Amino acid sequence: MKALPLAPSLLPPRSNRHPGLMRWYLSTWLTAALVALPVLSVFYLALFPKENIWPHLVDTVLPVYVWTTLQLLLGVGTLAVFLGVATAGLVTLCQFPGRRIFEWALLLPFAVPAYVIAYIYTDLLEYAGPLQGLLRELFGWHSARDYWFPEIRSLGGAILMLALVLYPYVYLLARASFLEQSNSLRDASRMLGCSGWTSFLRITLPIARPAIAVGLALVSMETLNDFGTVDFFAVKSLSAGIYDTWLNMGNLGGAAQIASLMMIFVVMLISLERIARARQKQYHGSDRFQALNTIRLRGWKAAAAFSLCGAPVLFGFLLPVIVLAGYASDHLDQLWQQDFLSYASHSFSLSVMAALCTIAIALLLAYSKRLHQKRSLQHAANLSSLGYAMPGAVLAIGVIIPLAAFDNAVDQWLSSHFGISTGLLLSGTTFAIVFAYSVRFLAVSTGAIDSSLSKVTPSMDMAARSLGHNPMQTLLRVHLPLIRGGILTAGLVVFVDCMKELPATLILRPFNYDTLATFVYQYASDEMLEECALAALLIVLVGVIPVILLSRTITATRQQKVS
Amino acid sequence: MKISIKALSCAALATLFSLPSAQAADEVNIYSYRQQFLIQPLLDAFTEETGIATKVVFAKKGLLARLKHEDKNSPADVLLTSDIGPLYDAVEQGLTQPIRSEIIDRNVPAKYRDPAHQWVGLTSRSRIIYASKERVEAGEISRYEDLTDPKWKGRICTRSGKHTYNLSLIGSMIAHKGEAETKQWVEGLKANLARKPQGNDRAQVKAVKEGVCDIALGNSYYFGKMITNDKKPEQIEWAQSVNLIFPNQDDRGAHMNISGAAITKYAPHPAAAQKLIEFLTTEKAQKLYAEVNFEFPVRPGTERSELLNKYMGEFKEDAINLQKVAEQRSAAAKLADQVGFDN
Repeated sequence: MKALPLAPSLLPPRSNRHPGLMRWYLSTWLTAALVALPVLSVFYLALFPKENIWPHLVDTVLPVYVWTTLQLLLGVGTLAVFLGVATAGLVTLCQFPGRRIFEWALLLPFAVPAYVIAYIYTDLLEYAGPLQGLLRELFGWHSARDYWFPEIRSLGGAILMLALVLYPYVYLLARASFLEQSNSLRDASRMLGCSGWTSFLRITLPIARPAIAVGLALVSMETLNDFGTVDFFAVKSLSAGIYDTWLNMGNLGGAAQIASLMMIFVVMLISLERIARARQKQYHGSDRFQALNTIRLRGWKAAAAFSLCGAPVLFGFLLPVIVLAGYASDHLDQLWQQDFLSYASHSFSLSVMAALCTIAIALLLAYSKRLHQKRSLQHAANLSSLGYAMPGAVLAIGVIIPLAAFDNAVDQWLSSHFGISTGLLLSGTTFAIVFAYSVRFLAVSTGAIDSSLSKVTPSMDMAARSLGHNPMQTLLRVHLPLIRGGILTAGLVVFVDCMKELPATLILRPFNYDTLATFVYQYASDEMLEECALAALLIVLVGVIPVILLSRTITATRQQKVS
Repeated sequence: MKISIKALSCAALATLFSLPSAQAADEVNIYSYRQQFLIQPLLDAFTEETGIATKVVFAKKGLLARLKHEDKNSPADVLLTSDIGPLYDAVEQGLTQPIRSEIIDRNVPAKYRDPAHQWVGLTSRSRIIYASKERVEAGEISRYEDLTDPKWKGRICTRSGKHTYNLSLIGSMIAHKGEAETKQWVEGLKANLARKPQGNDRAQVKAVKEGVCDIALGNSYYFGKMITNDKKPEQIEWAQSVNLIFPNQDDRGAHMNISGAAITKYAPHPAAAQKLIEFLTTEKAQKLYAEVNFEFPVRPGTERSELLNKYMGEFKEDAINLQKVAEQRSAAAKLADQVGFDN
């Protein structure tokens, strides 16, 4: 592919550049390097395997792992894109009963952790569950040998579970993109004889494609790093291979090699997403403040639209929440226990800190790239997004290595020079967890902030700079207010993701420290979901608030009217 | 919005840094592979008796790597595991120190201790055969080796061959009979499975009750957990649908595994750590520890609970030192891959 033409540089010629700009450049690289440390640590581990695991893997299970992973990616991706795009199109471009509720309700499944939904559906759909019990009653079957019922613990089941909680990424981005589009293009296509449907396929969808690609990339990375769901469903994906090599064969180096290989997948996904976005050089359209034209659906069409939007909300949110609430009602007394409140406040504060950190880092990366228009800064940003696709427990080891090395070096130096032992300063503290979250979820906030910043026309910078603002002032007084929506989106999505995060939290936490997610895991891992249903419910409900806020932010970007 | 962000970050920071300091005089810090709710009653009893406070981090993986990289500044004193695997790995990586205690040597039989004193077993359990009361006759199956008999084709359920409990069983086979014979055994077992390996041990017994299969492999304590499960009475039914068979009673004995403990190499409180492990081998703690999870006390002569006596009387245990079994885990994992056990 030909190198893409860069947007006109926002800077005066090199000779009279502001010396302060160098600071932006350096601090960007420094930050990116810091964020990349855990991933680099995993690459480092990969250099020292206990033994060469590949001959064994290639001969035995690697083909299965790779094939399963591809099927999983394809399945989850297809389903998530279908659900996300179809529902986003319906609630944004059409009018039908319930539309205003679906606008925000379609985001709700995002608040449900995949491992929780997997447990719940297994309970509901397995042999002893209520559905099969009912069927046996109705048809007089006696045992599992009398009839066939789809096995929920299967590749198909895993695809369904993951797609149900991940499609909101696609929905979110597709909807934002539909809302930004100008009426005039669609009006033109309608005047040229396109039906509403053709016009959607030929105009609206292609324009939104980059946004959908970003959503798909996020969904795919979440799918790659998932272990809880695939493990529970006995689906042998690459992350199963990583843990097996690490824990059962005692070969962390070999596991790191598989994880590094998986990064190739991810680099491909990220570049796909960047390429897609680079071609979208569209600044805010001139009719942004004009209401978006929508089509009114009636009769069976309205019913179909209602069902299509209702299904993911019902299965991805309502049903699991009802089941959880049922379990939790027996354990309501937990709510008043001191411990329980502290778990909730740990979850909340860690997630808020991580959300703020990722926003700050993403802003730095995105704005610096805008200032300098340098390829190298793009590489820096790419490098720092890699953490998203790494299985959480492996990333946690990647976090421990540099932090512990730092702690031990400081301790060593201080005790040899001053006789003071500082012990571990950062490892085993909440700092380690916030750092891990930031590394893991930076890709999410970079995506949101980068794309909204790229939509601010460069003439804004030029105007601000010629009126005497330096880059920092320009960022604070011009850009921040303009991309408020993007920042809020980034922060809220990261917040919800952190509330759900499990593997890294488990490994990195301080002594006697639980979050809602670790508390849930303690019981859920032993298939005792009832005991911790209240905590699981709380994770979901706390996640609902930002999700609704998120939807309001997006809706506020544009009014809709019936044409 | 600015104000709200400031307020949020202040609130978040305040909660983050209000943690108590990690250094106190009399305490012992534990990295635990066992869930906290399982060990907390014992730790409370220990604190009550000795005045030594305990602190725990629980995770099912990654704690060894954390310990390794924290190196000599690690705050951890004790490793508690639910299986021999992590103990063996910890010793392999040089993360432990020897435990020299006459009390422990007296309380714990040699086969449940590391010959080099690096780890100690605290409770034991057997990996047994659960057989349907309806569809399997008494005496029809009595050895692990019988599981490969073609008459069981399509009638056996088990969890993943890569699960640590199955790896230990396969490892013990390798230790006793060598790799070639064990491979045949794993292949034979695979050929008899009713379904792709999935779920935990409890789910296998449930599958027997539901008629998916007639025989299941599972750890012994799950029976206790199911038969006493008043909150989920359906589990009582699962347990009632099976007979417990302790295999190989006429030869080497039933395969055993342990939950155990080790003291970390750079433990800041080694004396307190040793006290804790010694406490865990006392009669009182052994009863408590075993009962909370329906495991067997390792300390000979410890009175067993009524439930254990009722359903699982005395039986012959495999006498092999678990060190030998643990050495074969990696080989066992590869064997499961070669056979494609989980596919």
